[in-house]
Amino acid sequence: MAECGASGSGSSGDSLDKSITLPPDEIFRNLENAKRFAIDIGGSLTKLAYYSTVQHKVAKVRSFDHSGKDTEQDHEPPYEISVQEEVTARLHFVKFENTYIEACLDFIKDHLVNTETKVIQATGGGAYKFKDLIEEKLQLKVDKEDVMTCLIKGCNFVLKNIPHEAFVYQKDADPEFRFQTNHPNIFPYLLVNIGSGVSIVKVETEDRFEWIGGSSIGGGTFWGLGALLTKTKKFDELLHLASKGQHTNVDMLVQDIYGGAHQTLGLSGNLIASSFGKSATADKEFSKEDMAKSLLHMISNDIGQLACLYARLHCLDRVYFGGFFIRGHPVTMRTITYSINFFSKGEVQALFLRHEGYLGAIGAFLKGAEQDNPNQYSWGENYAGSSGLMSSSPELCPTQRARSGTFDLLEMDRLERPLVSLPLLLDPPSYVPDTVDLTDDALARKYWLTCFEEALDGVVKRAVASQPGSVDAAERAEKFRQKYWNKLQTLRHQPFAYGTLTVRSLLDTREHCLNEFNFPDPYSKVKQKDNGVALKCFQRVVHSLDALGWEERQLALVKGLLAGNVFDWGAKAVSEVLESDPQFGFEEAKKKLQERPWLVDSYSRWLQRLKGPPHKCALIFADNSGVDVILGVFPFVRELLSRGTEVILACNSGPALNDVTHSEALLVAERVAAMDAVVRSALREERLLLVQTGSSSPCLDLSRLDKGLAVLVRERGADLVVIEGMGRAVHTNYHAALRCESLKLAVLKNSWLAERLGGRLFSVIFKYEVPAE
Amino acid sequence: MLKLVGGGGGQYWACSVTGTGLGGEGAVFEVARVGDPGKAGCVGPAWGCVGIPDSAPGAGMLQAGAAGPARGGQGAEEEGEPAGGGEERQPRHPPAPALRLLNRKPRGRSGEIKTTENDLQRGRLSRGPRSAPPALGMGDHGGLPERSDPHAPGSPAVAGAVAVNGLLHNGFHPTPVQLPRLCGRGPAGVGDAGPPRLPLQPELQPQPPPPQHDSPAKKCRLRRRMDSGRKNRPPFPWFGMDIGGTLVKLVYFEPKDITAEEEQEEVENLKSIRKYLTSNTAYGKTGIRDVHLELKNLTMCGRKGNLHFIRFPSCAMHRFIQMGSEKNFSSLHTTLCATGGGAFKFEEDFRTIADLQLHKLDELDCLIQGLLYVDSVGFNGKPECYYFENPTNPELCQKKPYCLDNPYPMLLVNMGSGVSILAVYSKDNYKRVTGTSLGGGTFLGLCCLLTGCETFEEALEMAAKGDSTNVDKLVKDIYGGDYERFGLQGSAVASSFGNMMSKEKRDSISKEDLARATLVTITNNIGSIARMCALNENIDRVVFVGNFLRINMVSMKLLAYAMDFWSKGQLKALFLEHEGYFGAVGALLELFKMSDDQ
Repeated sequence: MAECGASGSGSSGDSLDKSITLPPDEIFRNLENAKRFAIDIGGSLTKLAYYSTVQHKVAKVRSFDHSGKDTEQDHEPPYEISVQEEVTARLHFVKFENTYIEACLDFIKDHLVNTETKVIQATGGGAYKFKDLIEEKLQLKVDKEDVMTCLIKGCNFVLKNIPHEAFVYQKDADPEFRFQTNHPNIFPYLLVNIGSGVSIVKVETEDRFEWIGGSSIGGGTFWGLGALLTKTKKFDELLHLASKGQHTNVDMLVQDIYGGAHQTLGLSGNLIASSFGKSATADKEFSKEDMAKSLLHMISNDIGQLACLYARLHCLDRVYFGGFFIRGHPVTMRTITYSINFFSKGEVQALFLRHEGYLGAIGAFLKGAEQDNPNQYSWGENYAGSSGLMSSSPELCPTQRARSGTFDLLEMDRLERPLVSLPLLLDPPSYVPDTVDLTDDALARKYWLTCFEEALDGVVKRAVASQPGSVDAAERAEKFRQKYWNKLQTLRHQPFAYGTLTVRSLLDTREHCLNEFNFPDPYSKVKQKDNGVALKCFQRVVHSLDALGWEERQLALVKGLLAGNVFDWGAKAVSEVLESDPQFGFEEAKKKLQERPWLVDSYSRWLQRLKGPPHKCALIFADNSGVDVILGVFPFVRELLSRGTEVILACNSGPALNDVTHSEALLVAERVAAMDAVVRSALREERLLLVQTGSSSPCLDLSRLDKGLAVLVRERGADLVVIEGMGRAVHTNYHAALRCESLKLAVLKNSWLAERLGGRLFSVIFKYEVPAE
Repeated sequence: MLKLVGGGGGQYWACSVTGTGLGGEGAVFEVARVGDPGKAGCVGPAWGCVGIPDSAPGAGMLQAGAAGPARGGQGAEEEGEPAGGGEERQPRHPPAPALRLLNRKPRGRSGEIKTTENDLQRGRLSRGPRSAPPALGMGDHGGLPERSDPHAPGSPAVAGAVAVNGLLHNGFHPTPVQLPRLCGRGPAGVGDAGPPRLPLQPELQPQPPPPQHDSPAKKCRLRRRMDSGRKNRPPFPWFGMDIGGTLVKLVYFEPKDITAEEEQEEVENLKSIRKYLTSNTAYGKTGIRDVHLELKNLTMCGRKGNLHFIRFPSCAMHRFIQMGSEKNFSSLHTTLCATGGGAFKFEEDFRTIADLQLHKLDELDCLIQGLLYVDSVGFNGKPECYYFENPTNPELCQKKPYCLDNPYPMLLVNMGSGVSILAVYSKDNYKRVTGTSLGGGTFLGLCCLLTGCETFEEALEMAAKGDSTNVDKLVKDIYGGDYERFGLQGSAVASSFGNMMSKEKRDSISKEDLARATLVTITNNIGSIARMCALNENIDRVVFVGNFLRINMVSMKLLAYAMDFWSKGQLKALFLEHEGYFGAVGALLELFKMSDDQ
């Protein structure tokens, strides 16, 4: 905690603002490395953006310098792990009330170490007003950027980089928020920005957009007219009034004109025929609430109608709404949605954005960072560092005064490589990675949140254990626990806080939180050991497979894939077994497997298919380290290679649980190659390629994959996709439709999920799919 | 301006019309508040209309009113209405007996033959506050004094005539403080003068005895048919009615080719309707005949006559129906063709209270048919349709006639309480494109809340004096000038009422500014939606109609400007003289169609 604005305490006025206690670690994070600044000052909120670098530890693996012979010895690990410092780029966005602006600027000045920055990009209506203050406080030159340009740049950015950025709002539905999966091509779209007036902009490409219309009836009309009618001064208070009012007392409805006959005429009697039509009388008093409600309806309907007319004229069916009139207010999102549905008869979709408030700041930042080419990268929302939608940052609450001011944060990590959609998806726009929407499914949500809560102790323990040399590991692990626990509590109350809540998002959030407290790879040692053990068994397993007849071998290979998959520290049931019985071996695992017929069993068709011509190229998404990848995946790969099928083996770019990472997989492949001629020659001849997925998640989003992978898939003409493991093939992608054959394999290592799917613990999913002609 | 200003008294026009016996209702008159020169009423006593100039002395008006009882012979009553607004007075005079006391004399169209009407007219004129046009505030089309119209029923004659028959002495009814009140007594054909009627509001009047039409139908109907001259013609009276959310629009066809025989045959209450409607320009506290809109010498359904345009607020509907009941309108066995939402809303009341079966009609059908009809017959030799030349140049902007002979396709924007937008491709091929709830009702509703005004006229008057740029936030208020990135002029409104977000600004603006801003906001919004619809429908002519445009030059010019400016001259805004009455005309046309169908 730091007392903010101490340096300015001598100056007069606003002493209250200056004495605000800011929790700097939590709000203006990574300020010491901050480089570029941008600021968007609106009517009531300021959004500050800066670019910074984050230094954190990563576990790197590399093979020992000496030749592979040593690894035959039991005591030697297959490769060495070194923890290194890595610097990654991160965008920080902080939103706060304008009243705090001076205090915040002081704070930034005091904590800003880097002085190379000379300019701050500014946008928003208040940029002019605060120009001098900013220049004086930060000693930066204010560079004004066009509001709409920034807004659109920001909008493009979030739509491209943040999954579940856009949502539709359904008032009486549960959940109220229905998030959209990102359209691979976000253009063209209509952006309706409802500030004091309304701007309607058609966005066609990254750089091309056109103001196609607008309306003077906007947020300012609601506010101004509302203030006149109700003597209520604040926008939020007006909205509050409106939410309590009955517009039918003020508006003339169809039924007021038609009487009861509207029903027989097929008219909806509740339609407003004339806004404020009943107030044309001197001898009646109208309540503030009713007038505010009527005004809200009038303005929302009008904007919705115009938006629909423009959408139709330009043949667009997606309309994103932004501006202070919308900004997360359920009441305005509701009325706008109603209006759009009404006027477009459902043909146009009203979409809102989770980070709508940040668009201007993001855009201004991007404008200033153009020379860094920010758009060539992919970015990912950091769940650990971002406040959720409609969240008042419960993590921060203890440090705040009773004042209404809250700080809202968004952090975006720059990803190493750009992400694209898998070219093999049947219909990219309709692809939804996640199998169960926990926002939607309250029962499942409850189960999984509890499940993650219960698993937290184990994760903390493992995190501490992974860094035996560290003095503060326990302390950091405790912080991690607190942070993740808080996130889970937030999600219990606001499941929509980070987009659609899924098992994937829960897992990803945990990874982000672990990284936050410098536990980059708690499983590195475990993986190292497992890989070592499994490598030792490789040749034996291969020999016994080779001894089998063709048909038997095919089944054994598949069983091997499945058995390997039982080795999964991510699953509670398994991690308990593993912890208690380290000798739990490959053969044991096989015994645990369900006997055929499996819960989902299309093995016969798969076998039939194998009797036919070989696949050209198989793309395999590997799951766990150790037994899974070495004794399950590699023999399977070897068989495919023998059939003349090329193989692309895709592993995670970064660590997640005990999942095999790309760099680990490279080392493992090298070791396997040393033992096996088929793999060796395939690697040499590039018939076996190891690529990274671009992900650091135990799950798999096929719409956000490493660009290199996508290119390779296209080049090699992949015609088979194998997805293995519960995280990738059940929690996600279970329903994914591909343009080529696919194999989804998993062992259900969670009894709740197994039950849900009609099976039991260790039930087997073997889903072989061939796309319809 | 045919401003209705109740001088007091609780007369309601609705009480005074269309009862079978055409009730006496002093309230027929609009009395200008003395000392309110801006709001001259148009006194329409008895058989004519006299616009009262600002300076019209109250006494004059009252005397004029006193002329009304000339119709006492038909059961006119009087009702006093002190000039300054005051309580009703008891009639001094027994209402004359039934209508048929009127002698039917052959009557030429020129009206040189003395008729009751003429006499009455004279009677009135002789003491009426002279016939200066009631022109205030009518915008371009100020009210025309009826007497200037040779075809107006009561008009031909020039004054001075003294009472000729028994009726006329009523015209000289001496009560200066009383206004005539027509009291339609019993059913048609009922003989003698009834007993004096109390000058109460009709709803308080004793129910007249049930008409003798216990033998309801055939005979009567037959005669009715003959009344209108041909079997396949509907019986008189011919009405078309459009009951909207705020206003009821009524058109009435007054046959002018009535033969002596017909006149003889004309039942009393029918006649009294005719006389009453055509001789007054204001009915009750709130009813108005838009004299300036009257279509003269029109042939409809084979009959020649004048088409009258009357409006009153929808809230008076119940009194209107009550009146219909009391005056036993149902005995006329006419079909009441009605459109607008109110046709549905009040259908039950019409039936149960007044024993009248409404013939309900689709309002959009009526609107289009009425519009096409009125445009085709023209406006007394002038074109019905007009536009504004040089709409973007205030200096050179002026009204010009427009020939709408080939109107299709057109976008028809009907601005009543709310707004409907139709794309019309041919006489009977159209679709409702959309509508908006931000219409005339919103303008008036908001103005009432913001400024405390009470009437449309008042609101417009304030708006005319205000400056909306004090209230609205302009592009230049935000960007310091034009917003070049988007090609927006600095003078464009960025946010309607946007300046009102600031308390200082709220404290510094006038009611007039607010009224103006409301008008501009609503108008521009309609323009904007209409323009988008025109683009979507690929139509370049936009016809604006509806009573929101009544006496509302500001909005018309704004719409003309908006269509032209934002479309870079591609769109043309067109307007029609009978802006709000097409639905009612369309309803009337349906009456003729019905008869054809029979």
